Amino acid sequence: MKINKKLRSALVTFAIVIIAFLVCEAGIEGWVDGFKLKFAEKGLLVPICCYIVLAVSLNLIVGISGELSLGHAGFMSIGAFSGVVIATWLEKAVLTINDAGKTVPFFGDTAIIIITIIVAGALAALAGVVIGIPALRLRGDYLAIVLLAFGEIIRNVMNCVLVAVDGSTMHFALKINESSAVGFGQGMQMVINGAQGTVNKVTSAAFNNERFIIGFGLVIFTLFVVLNLINSRSGRAIMAIRDNRIAAESVGLNVMKYKMMAFVTGAALAGMAGALYGLNMKTVTAVDFDYNMSIEILVMVVLGGIGSIRGSVIAAAVLRFLPEKLRFLNDYRMLVYAIVLIVVMLATNSPILKNFWALLMRVKPLRVAVEWLQALPGKVRAAFSFGKNKNGKAGEAQ
Amino acid sequence: MKKRLVDTKMVPLPSVSIVPERDVGKRPVLETRHLGIEFGGLKAVEDFNIAVGPTEICGLIGPNGAGKTTVFNLLTKVYQPTTGTVLIDGKDTSGMTTEQANRMGIARTFQNIRLFGNMTVEDNVRIGLHNQIRYGMLQGVFRAPAYWKAEKQMHKRSLELLSIFGMQDMADVKAGSLPYGAQRRLEIVRALATNPKLLLLDEPAAGMNPHETEELMQNIIKIRDEFQIAVMLIEHDMNLVMGICEGICVLNYGRIIAKGTPEEIQQNPAVIEAYLGSQGREENA
Ligand SMILES: Nc1ncnc2c1ncn2[C@@H]1O[C@H](COP(=O)(O)OP(=O)(O)OP(=O)(O)O)[C@@H](O)[C@H]1O
Ligand SMILES: [Mg+2]
Repeated sequence: MKINKKLRSALVTFAIVIIAFLVCEAGIEGWVDGFKLKFAEKGLLVPICCYIVLAVSLNLIVGISGELSLGHAGFMSIGAFSGVVIATWLEKAVLTINDAGKTVPFFGDTAIIIITIIVAGALAALAGVVIGIPALRLRGDYLAIVLLAFGEIIRNVMNCVLVAVDGSTMHFALKINESSAVGFGQGMQMVINGAQGTVNKVTSAAFNNERFIIGFGLVIFTLFVVLNLINSRSGRAIMAIRDNRIAAESVGLNVMKYKMMAFVTGAALAGMAGALYGLNMKTVTAVDFDYNMSIEILVMVVLGGIGSIRGSVIAAAVLRFLPEKLRFLNDYRMLVYAIVLIVVMLATNSPILKNFWALLMRVKPLRVAVEWLQALPGKVRAAFSFGKNKNGKAGEAQ
Repeated sequence: MKKRLVDTKMVPLPSVSIVPERDVGKRPVLETRHLGIEFGGLKAVEDFNIAVGPTEICGLIGPNGAGKTTVFNLLTKVYQPTTGTVLIDGKDTSGMTTEQANRMGIARTFQNIRLFGNMTVEDNVRIGLHNQIRYGMLQGVFRAPAYWKAEKQMHKRSLELLSIFGMQDMADVKAGSLPYGAQRRLEIVRALATNPKLLLLDEPAAGMNPHETEELMQNIIKIRDEFQIAVMLIEHDMNLVMGICEGICVLNYGRIIAKGTPEEIQQNPAVIEAYLGSQGREENA
């Protein structure tokens, strides 16, 4: 069977993610002697999964749909905060009696996290619809600025939200100034405490392999959705609108519909990542999700290559891991990080380095070797294909 | 006298225009009434009235800057007219978008080619088929049976359409890397994929060699006959215009200065002065 180029590229992306996951699992479980992940490294795994999802979903909006968004952290924030509330409610309200006659949460931890991720994703999608309908009518820089403002509005609103739980009842309030909402939540367990952020009592902050597996599952799900979307009727429409809006309209594509589709899908995935992120931390605060975080995600997308899903996956993982690896540099850590970033940007955009490969190919022995290697799969296939009808049309092409 | 590839008797319509004899009594696929647009005081098109029969090949000619492309942009709703209306198949299209106009049955190519250059030839045609062969987003994401069925249908139909111009072997080539003439042909295929009633071609022969142009003329007639659609084309190549157009409309400074059969147009003094005249002088010089 002929595997087409797009499918092969998608399979390679999945393979990279799965292999990376297995290597991490080996390091966690100690499958191989002498290879064990350090405590700090393990702590990075779930956030890395979240950032991969964020980068891929932002790439759907920026790279595939071609709309610059500077407010992606806003959707993550919605996912993170609503996630903690949903998870708390699931734990408190949906109870069952176990064998020992005790009342316990109906759901296990894993189920709570998965349900929470799904619901939080739906809420972020809703926010995507609400913000997308007016904002996507704007183009280019104007859209970017509106989305930047959206991210900041979410941050400021989340800074004022108070949520407490009393038994299984949730209480909500807005703390607009010092005198409002005084005495709110007295004697109750706080879930979101304004500027102090979330109080997550559902999941422990310690590294938990199950949560990492959920994170891995979320990455796979995201890749599945985004790659399949790209290689479908809707995805082609999204990219056609990006490449040439007038031509796309002239063949009957509904521009708003497909811009919304990419935007809302991106928002939903970001919300899902946010929910997992929020549940993985003891506490997250609204200021965590400011425009710096939106920019950080955008850097991952740009570094990995705008429109390249695999690039986003790799860039997100590397950029989250790098600062950890640079820890030995102490105070110079972020400086070196920034320099590495600049160098990589320059290198990937430099025509000299782009031509490096072409230059190498001028060396005859190398060229012969590479050509031989490239021809190898074909030779192998030819050797194993029996009785295939070969009325090739190659001669007729010109 | 230029060589004629078609021989149609043209009949005047009571309203504004002439149509081929075979289209008499049928509703015109396109009608415009007092169509006009202003760009900051400049009347780019003014009082443009025309009717196109459902199987007519109609030419729109005029010197550079006469407003021909602007007329196409008005018909396809890229611009909203400042005056007048466009009727497609008898239906008023006021306030419609380009996308809706396409769904009404009007498809076009562009003077400055607008292909999806990074996509393959086949994907360009598949995008043209967007509203013809459909399935939902979720069916696509989760690879439902509808996805496989429709994609297979699209593949088959794309190759069929490409084969009109013998381009089926280039299906996997990147559209942007095609030679110029092939890009123009691909634009026609993509427009045809939307199953239009009226095909608008903006300088389809620009950049083509005489041999390619000759082939294009044959193919335009073939498309009209096979699909039973109307074709309206803008072209500077008089061999093409006089060779295949049944009715011709001449624009100058945004106004129609003549309408008629190729023979009438070639003899019209106003046209000779405004358009053919300048060329004629060049030829004589
Ligand atoms: N969007 C616009 N804004 C302002 N003026 C415009 C616009 N579009 C077209 N015009 C003007 O309208 C006039 C007609 O332009 P148009 O492109 O329709 O000419 P054309 O007949 O297609 O010429 P050509 O044969 O060179 O393609 C020109 O004077 C042009 O400058
Ligand atoms: Mg023009």
